[in-house]
Amino acid sequence: MKRLSLDRGAWLAIFVLALVPAAWLLRDALYSALGPNPVEALSHRTGDWTLRFLMLVLAITPMRVLFGWSWPVRYRRMIGLFAFFYATLHFLTWLVIDEGLLWDAIVEDIYKRPFITVGFLAYLLLIPLAATSSRMAMRRLGRRWKTLHRLVYLVAVLGVIHYLWLVKLDVREPLIYAVILLFLLLVRLWYSMKRGR
Amino acid sequence: MNRRRFIAGMTAAGLTGTASAFSFFGLFGDDEPTAVELYPRRPLKASRRAFSVDESPTDEADAIGYTNFYEFGTEKGDAQRYGERFKPEPWRLTIDGECERPGDYTLEDILKPHPLEERIYRLRCVETWSMVIPWVGFPLADLLKRFAPTSRAKYVAFETLYDPEQMPGQRRAVVEWPYREGLRMDEAMHPLTLIAVGMYGETLPVQNGAPLRLVVPWKYGFKSIKSIVRIHFSEKLPVTTWNQLQPDEYGFYANVNPAVDHPRWSQARERPVGGWRRRDTLPFNGYAEEVAHLYHGMDLAKYF
Ligand code: HEM
Repeated sequence: MKRLSLDRGAWLAIFVLALVPAAWLLRDALYSALGPNPVEALSHRTGDWTLRFLMLVLAITPMRVLFGWSWPVRYRRMIGLFAFFYATLHFLTWLVIDEGLLWDAIVEDIYKRPFITVGFLAYLLLIPLAATSSRMAMRRLGRRWKTLHRLVYLVAVLGVIHYLWLVKLDVREPLIYAVILLFLLLVRLWYSMKRGR
Repeated sequence: MNRRRFIAGMTAAGLTGTASAFSFFGLFGDDEPTAVELYPRRPLKASRRAFSVDESPTDEADAIGYTNFYEFGTEKGDAQRYGERFKPEPWRLTIDGECERPGDYTLEDILKPHPLEERIYRLRCVETWSMVIPWVGFPLADLLKRFAPTSRAKYVAFETLYDPEQMPGQRRAVVEWPYREGLRMDEAMHPLTLIAVGMYGETLPVQNGAPLRLVVPWKYGFKSIKSIVRIHFSEKLPVTTWNQLQPDEYGFYANVNPAVDHPRWSQARERPVGGWRRRDTLPFNGYAEEVAHLYHGMDLAKYF
C-alpha cells in the first residue's frame, strides 16, 4: 500500500515536471515574452521539446541495460505521450499560426519542402502510437503491439533529419541530437544481439 | 538532523539544481534579448527624409536584439551577448582596386563631406522575417564617386572587419572570414543604395554593424554587409560569402523575389518581426518600380 502511494507520488512529480515547458511557453505567450519573432519562438521551443521527449523515451531501455535501472520503464508510456503532446503543439503552431490555415500553402509546403515532409511524416507516424498506448490496446494487439511501437525509432530519426534540413548553416545542435540518438540505438542493437545469441 | 528536514532539504536542493540546469541549457527558450547598449550611441542630425515607406518602424529593441551577425555567433542575440569588446572607433577603411584615388582613410575622412538623410526602408531577411527600419546615412554612389572608379570597375566588393579579439564568433570557421559582399556597379550607384551610419536617430549599435554598413533594401538582408573595413572596385564578379558557402541556395544577386523559392523554404510570404501574422512578400521587396529595370531581360530564376 505504502509502496503504491510512493509510485503515485513519483508519477505525479514526473507528470508535473513534463508540463513545466508547456506552462513556461504559455506564460511567455501571455506576457508577450516570446521575443521579437514569437511564431518562430513557439515553433522552435515546441519542436525542441518534442525531440527531447523522444530522446527520453528512447533512453529508457538503455538506462536499464547500462545502469540496471528498471524504474523508468514505469513512466515510458507517459513520456511517450508527452512527446506526442509537444509534437501536437508544434504541429498546431505551424498549421494554425504560421500557415494561418491556408490550405493551399499547407499542401504545397508538405510536398515541396523536404524538411516539412519529413516532420509531417514523423508526426503522422506518432498518431497510431499514441492511439494504441492504452493497456487495452496493448492486450488486443498482443505481439503486434511491440512491432508497431518500434516505429518510434523511425520517428526519432525523421525528427533529427527534419532538424538538420531546416537549419541554415550551423548544424551543431541537430548533430548533438544525432549523436545521442545514434548512441541510444547502438546500445539497443548491442543488447538485442547479445540476447539473441 | 531529523529525517524530515533532511528530505525537505534534499528536495529543495534537487529542485534548485534542476531549475538551474534547465536554464543553463537554455531549456526554457533563449532569454530573448531586449536591446543592450554595448557602445554609447550618439544622436545624429539628418537633413532630410527621402525614399521612405509609409509603414511604422519595427520596435527599436527588436531591431537591435534580433540580428544575424555571425562574427559574434550564429544565434540571434549573439551580437549583444558577445559584442562587448567591439570598438567602432577609431575606425579605418581601405579603398582599392579599379579607381583613381585608392587609399587608407579614417572614418572621419569618409563621412565628412556627406549630409545625412533619414530613410525608412523595408528589410527582408532570406530566413523570411522582415522589419521596417529608419536608417540614417547617405547614398553609396556619393561616396564611390569620390574615389573616381575607372572604366574597368564593373563591381564593388565589401569586407567586414576580421578581428577575433573583438568579434569572438570569428574564432570558429563557420564561414571563410572576412565576410564578403558585392554589388554590380549599377546597383551600387543606384540612389536607393545606402551607406548607413545610424538608425532610429542615433549612431548604429554594435549589433547592427557599427560604425558603418551597407543597406540595399531590395535584396535579402545578407547583402547589406556590416562593419565595413574595405571597399574594392573590381572588373570580375567578386566572391561573396553566402554564395560561396551554398551556391545553390544563395545567389550573387539575392534580389527579394516571392516567385523564386529558397530550395528549402518558400519566399512567398514573410513574418514581420514583432507580429504574429504573415504577409505577402513583394517583388524586389516593394522597390520594383525603382530597380526592376536594372535586371531587364535577365532570367531572375537563374540569376537568383
Ligand atoms: C515528431 C515530429 C517532429 C519533431 C521531433 C520536430 C522537431 C523540430 C525541431 C527540433 C525544430 C527546430 C527547433 C529549433 O531550431 O530550436 C523544429 C522546427 C520546425 N518544425 Fe518540427 N518537428 C516535428 C514535426 C513537425 C511537423 C509535423 C511540422 C509541420 C508540418 C513541423 C514544422 C516545423 C517548422 C515550420 C519548424 C521551424 C522552422 C523555422 O522557422 O526555423 N515539424 N521541429
